[in-house]
Amino acid sequence: MKGGRPLRAIFAMPLLIALATLVGLVAALTGDGLRDAASWIALAIPVLAVCWAMRIRTG
Amino acid sequence: MRTSSLRAWFLIHKWTSILCTAFLLMLCLTGLPLIFHEEIDAVTAPPPVYGMPGTGSSGDAPGLVPLDVMLAKALAARPGEVPVFMAFDNRDPGMTVTTAPAPDSPDGDMTVQLFDRSTGEAIGQVDEDGVMHFLLQLHTDMFLGLPGMLFLGLMGLLFVAAIVSGVVLYAPFMRKLRFGTLRVTRSKRLKWLDYHNLLGIVALAWTLVVGATGVINSFATPINRYWQMNELAEMTRAYAGKGELSPSRYGSIDRAMAAARREVPGNNPQFIGFPGGAFSSRHHYAIFFQGDTPLTERLLTPALVDAETGRFTAARPMPWYMQALALSQPLHFGDYGGLPLKTLWALLTAFTIMVLGSGLYLWLGKRRAGIDAHVREVETGGTLEAAE
Repeated sequence: MKGGRPLRAIFAMPLLIALATLVGLVAALTGDGLRDAASWIALAIPVLAVCWAMRIRTG
Repeated sequence: MRTSSLRAWFLIHKWTSILCTAFLLMLCLTGLPLIFHEEIDAVTAPPPVYGMPGTGSSGDAPGLVPLDVMLAKALAARPGEVPVFMAFDNRDPGMTVTTAPAPDSPDGDMTVQLFDRSTGEAIGQVDEDGVMHFLLQLHTDMFLGLPGMLFLGLMGLLFVAAIVSGVVLYAPFMRKLRFGTLRVTRSKRLKWLDYHNLLGIVALAWTLVVGATGVINSFATPINRYWQMNELAEMTRAYAGKGELSPSRYGSIDRAMAAARREVPGNNPQFIGFPGGAFSSRHHYAIFFQGDTPLTERLLTPALVDAETGRFTAARPMPWYMQALALSQPLHFGDYGGLPLKTLWALLTAFTIMVLGSGLYLWLGKRRAGIDAHVREVETGGTLEAAE
C-alpha cells in the first residue's frame, strides 16, 4: 500500500466537518437566540457537504 | 496500514455492523418522529388554555395555587394512592402530579395527572396509549423494561465500534480519491460504496455523539440507582436507621419548598421526588433545583427536606456522572435548539439510515466473496470490486 494522499489530506475535510458539528451541538446547549442560530449554521455544514459532493464530485 | 491490520479492522467493521444494524434501523425509524414529538403532540392534542399563561408553575409568583392544594386534588382523583413525583414548567403554569399504589410501584402502575397551577384545575391525564408513546417505548426498551434498555445500550456500543472501525477503513479507501467523490455511473455497488463512505464520514461527529449519549441514557437506571445508594445515602446519613415514613405523616410541601428555596436562593425546582421513590430517601422530599442559565438549567441540585417536619437536611450539586446523564438527554433528543435544529437532526438521521442501508446492501451483495476480495476492494478505493 504505497502512494496516494497522506492521512492529513484524507482527513482534513472530515475533521473540519466534525469540528463544525461539535461546535454546533454545544452552541445551542449554552444558550438561546444567537447561539441557536450559530448551531443551525454549524450543523448545516455536514448536510451541505453532501449536497456539494452530489453537484460537483459526481462522475 | 499493513494488509493484516486492515483485514482485522474490516472484520471488526463487518461484525459490529451486522450485529447492530437491524436494531439501529429500528432506532432511527422510531427516533425520526420522536424528534418532532412536541410539534406532533400539539397537532393531535391542542395545548391547554391556562389561567395565567406565561407564568411558570416552577416559580412562586402570586396567584399560583399552593402545592399542598394541588396534591390534595391529585390524591382525591386517585383514592388510596400515594404521591411519587410532582413536576413543574418554567414557561407555563402547567404541572404534573404522579401517583401510584405505593411509593416504589413500577412505572407502569403510575398515573400522571396534568394541572393548571394558576387555576388549580385538572387539565387531563398524560396519554400513554398514543402512537408517540408506543414509539418512545419501542425506542427506549422495546417493551422489555430494564433488560431491553441495557440491550439497546449494548447495540449502541457496537454502533460506536462500527463507526470507529469505519473511519479506520476510510483512510485506505480514500487514498487515491478526493473528498466527496461519488462515482455514480460505473456500477450500482461502486455508487453505494461511495455514498456509504461520504455520508458516514460527514455525519461522523453527530453519529458518535448521538450514539454515545444514547448508550449513556440506556444506563440511566443503574446510574441513578448508584447515585441513590451512594451520594443520596450520604446526604441523609442521619436518617439511615429510620424506617419508611408513612404517607399519612407527610407534612406540608409548601413549607418544605420554602425551606429549600432559602438554601438554594434564586433557583426554581424542576421536580419533587417523594419519600420511598427512586429519586429520594425513605424520609425526604427531594426537591431538584435547576441552575439559572440555559446550560446549568439541566444540571440539577437536589435539596433534601425532612418530609415530616419540613426541616432542611442537605443540598449539593449532582456528581459528575449524574450531570453527564443530564446533558446526554438533550444531546440525544436534539430538542434544544428550535425547529431548525430538529430538522437538521432529522436530516442527519436520514443520512444514518442511508449509511446503514447501504452497508447492508454492500454486505448482502457480495456475501460469498472472500475476505481478501473485500479488503482489496477497500484498499483500491472500490476500483477492484469484491468478486463473487
